[in-house]
Amino acid sequence: MALLEYEALSIALPGMARPVLDGIDLTVSAGEVVALVGESGSGKSVTARAALGLFPAGARLEGQVRVDGTDLVGAEATGLRTVRTAKASMIFQDPRAGINPVRRIGDFLTESLRVSHGWAKDRANARAVELLTAVGLPDPARHLNQYPHELSGGMLQRVMIAGALTAEPRLLLCDEPTTALDVSTQAEIMAILGRLQRERDLGLLLITHDIELAAAACDRIYVMYAGRIVETAPTAELFAAPRHPYTAGLLGSSPPLSAPDGPPARLTPIPGAPMGLLDSASGCSFTARCRFARPGVCDQSPPPLEQHGTALVACYRADDLTDAPATLAPTATVPNSTNREDS
Amino acid sequence: MTSDARTLLQVSGLRKTYRTGKAEFVAVDDLSFSVRAGGALGIVGESGSGKTTTARMLIGLERPDAGRILVQGEPLAATVRGKAARLARAKAVQIVFQDPYLSLDARISIGATIDGVLRLHGLTDRADRAARTKELLAQVGLGEREATALPRKLSGGQRQRAAIARALAVEPAVLVLDEAVSALDVSVQAQVLNLLSDIRRDTGIGLVFVSHDLAVVRYVCDEALVLYRGRTMEHRPVADLLTHPGHPYTQLLLASVPRPGWDPDSISRRRRELDPLPAAGAPGGRG
Amino acid sequence: MSAQIAGVMRGPLARLRALSGGWLQNLCLLFLVLFVLVSVFAPWLAPQDPTYGELGAGLVGPSPEHWLGTDQGGHDTFSALIEGSRTSLVGPLAVVLFSTATGIAVGLFTAWRGGWVDTVIGRLLDVVFAFPALLVAILAVAVFGKGMTAPVIAMSLAYMPYTARLVRGLALQEQARPYIAAYRVQGHSGMFVAVRRLLPNIGPTVLAQSTVNFGYALLDLAALSFLGLGVQPPAPDWGAMINQSQAAVLQGRPLSAIVPAVAVTLVVVAFNVVGENFGDRLAGRDS
Repeated sequence: MALLEYEALSIALPGMARPVLDGIDLTVSAGEVVALVGESGSGKSVTARAALGLFPAGARLEGQVRVDGTDLVGAEATGLRTVRTAKASMIFQDPRAGINPVRRIGDFLTESLRVSHGWAKDRANARAVELLTAVGLPDPARHLNQYPHELSGGMLQRVMIAGALTAEPRLLLCDEPTTALDVSTQAEIMAILGRLQRERDLGLLLITHDIELAAAACDRIYVMYAGRIVETAPTAELFAAPRHPYTAGLLGSSPPLSAPDGPPARLTPIPGAPMGLLDSASGCSFTARCRFARPGVCDQSPPPLEQHGTALVACYRADDLTDAPATLAPTATVPNSTNREDS
Repeated sequence: MTSDARTLLQVSGLRKTYRTGKAEFVAVDDLSFSVRAGGALGIVGESGSGKTTTARMLIGLERPDAGRILVQGEPLAATVRGKAARLARAKAVQIVFQDPYLSLDARISIGATIDGVLRLHGLTDRADRAARTKELLAQVGLGEREATALPRKLSGGQRQRAAIARALAVEPAVLVLDEAVSALDVSVQAQVLNLLSDIRRDTGIGLVFVSHDLAVVRYVCDEALVLYRGRTMEHRPVADLLTHPGHPYTQLLLASVPRPGWDPDSISRRRRELDPLPAAGAPGGRG
Repeated sequence: MSAQIAGVMRGPLARLRALSGGWLQNLCLLFLVLFVLVSVFAPWLAPQDPTYGELGAGLVGPSPEHWLGTDQGGHDTFSALIEGSRTSLVGPLAVVLFSTATGIAVGLFTAWRGGWVDTVIGRLLDVVFAFPALLVAILAVAVFGKGMTAPVIAMSLAYMPYTARLVRGLALQEQARPYIAAYRVQGHSGMFVAVRRLLPNIGPTVLAQSTVNFGYALLDLAALSFLGLGVQPPAPDWGAMINQSQAAVLQGRPLSAIVPAVAVTLVVVAFNVVGENFGDRLAGRDS
């Protein structure tokens, strides 16, 4: 049984033109590192929060999210608490927003142990030191007495990771854990997360906008667009042969770092902007931005996720496109004047 | 100090320190570089490197403690008095900020904002201004609909295009871009990057591109300068810098960029060797 | 997401709807509109001359002739209530207008200048803060004599620091936003940016505070009249009405005191509710 399982999870908010999430199917098994990649408005953070039973207020829910077998949609308070305190933990983008600035690091780390688990102060402190050592902070005993503002962003994110581990969860949800940090600090945080994941055999779901980071750190990648999963595949396959035009577009949008000498090849951006919650599409949500969209095919009904080799792809044209991968390659287009963003 | 006619911006020996109580913090130290017409210099660094301080000194929001900034051979005045001096300063250097949500006035439409800039800079005829506004917006890929819209009706990418148009309206010699694409979605970022390279090609403006992202700098710039704690680590043509990074810090930055087969463990080991964690855990300011 | 939700509604009507809130808010708003209308048309609305005392008809209860009875001097309470609403509107209005105008000027100036000017003026404001508005007003009456003019001016000064401090805080926050920096870099004068661009962006929040201040000013001025230091009889005023009905209360006929007291309370509460709601809404819009 998978550690985390989404089964046709849909979340709709009143007053919005489209559901925030539309039939999400996603699994994370123990010991597996999975990435969920998407841009703003894709619903990736809502998906992650659903794994803790945190749903937007006033939302209409359908489907299931199971953590270790417990369904969180409509779960009782006790079931939710068990999941949150013992099975799954979450790390957020901005470590400063997740910690009370006027309390010491030690209080932050020991609070749940002492309150929820009834541990004595000494025992809880010893555990906090152990956790801070595990996340590679050099002088854990001293950090316990420090305040959040005395630590850098990278150090504080490590404290947050330590905090997420206090309950010995089996599932770690990381929502853009390195976006607010410098690149070299990002590497450090990813190294720590990777090490902890291997040592503890955790299931890890990394939510990120950075497909390169996802590729660098994860076994499998889900790509999300406008509340739907559009493609999922093992990392190597996804990178070598992206089948959904959106995935290919994302890969073509980031400038390559190592390129031959001379002026870099022009980027092929995806035209337009990510779809907001007030826009809706009758067919594939990506149609308006897609270079391969075919009227009468793509704009009729949302394409289902279908098996194509090792990948699942939600695109009516996936078969046509994989036969001619050159058309998807970022270098293939001629330089064009600026792409208008309105669609 | 020679500056031929093609050199738009020449910076030499720039230094800025901040004092908090007794402690003195050197934000930028002995920074020198130049940008020629149509050239683009990338200033690369992490938070606390002094890259944002440098940008603010270039646009006159911070005053350097030492050093000189010459734009087209003329020193940037330390204090600006009077309208003529203000306008001259504006024509020297313009800036596009990082946050597309806070860098436009929420009350004023994009078209009206640009119209205001043109009027300030002496375009008195209303019809001329309207034509020029349209032209500037078209240059950044925005149309009539966006011109009349308030900023909140626009997407992040559209706002950033508007901010670029607003800066170009002044017709500055040098345009500073302070992390101007880092808050955008990846797909939109590519649109703005293409726009910047078009502007470079078409206008001959000098770009100073401040960023933490080496790949983006590689795409826009021909030279790059790596800053670390206010000091210049390396300053070379960007392709050269990325293929043969000389300084260990540049090597570290380059290795830190995630890619398939990435080894974060070795990066963090190298990082610790290069820069042991500061004893007091100095949080430091934004870069 | 809130921006997107707000985006559903369009046009000025929608903006009005966005300002209206729950039933309490709407009720208070309606009440205040009524209050203003009554005070504007008071001379035509009042059934009798409230300054005319019918000596034989003191302290009569409600009747078709005197809807809310009369006071000790035989003045019609209902007419006095209506006519009294004028001073209750004009006095606080003068206080709020003057204190808001000066508060904005002082707050904006100190925020914009910063440095020692900010520090010195900040300390001076602290000193003014230390005196309760009512005390300052009593002092003014002691020096310049009874009536409305002296207390209104004194209270305007006493209320000014509230607005000044709010404006200063908001302006500092707004000033840190890059759109303000962009205006400076474009070459606009500091005065233009502060007054024409920054101020309108913080204006609504200041207005919300002034609405709340109106209620407090009304309360203070009524208290002053109650003490016999403000509006002098026979000119009708709610505070003075309560004062003159003290004896009536002792005689067990408190209606002529209760009526103006209730009026004061309702108006003050209504201003508070409307002002706070307005402020909350603006805070919500920003986030």
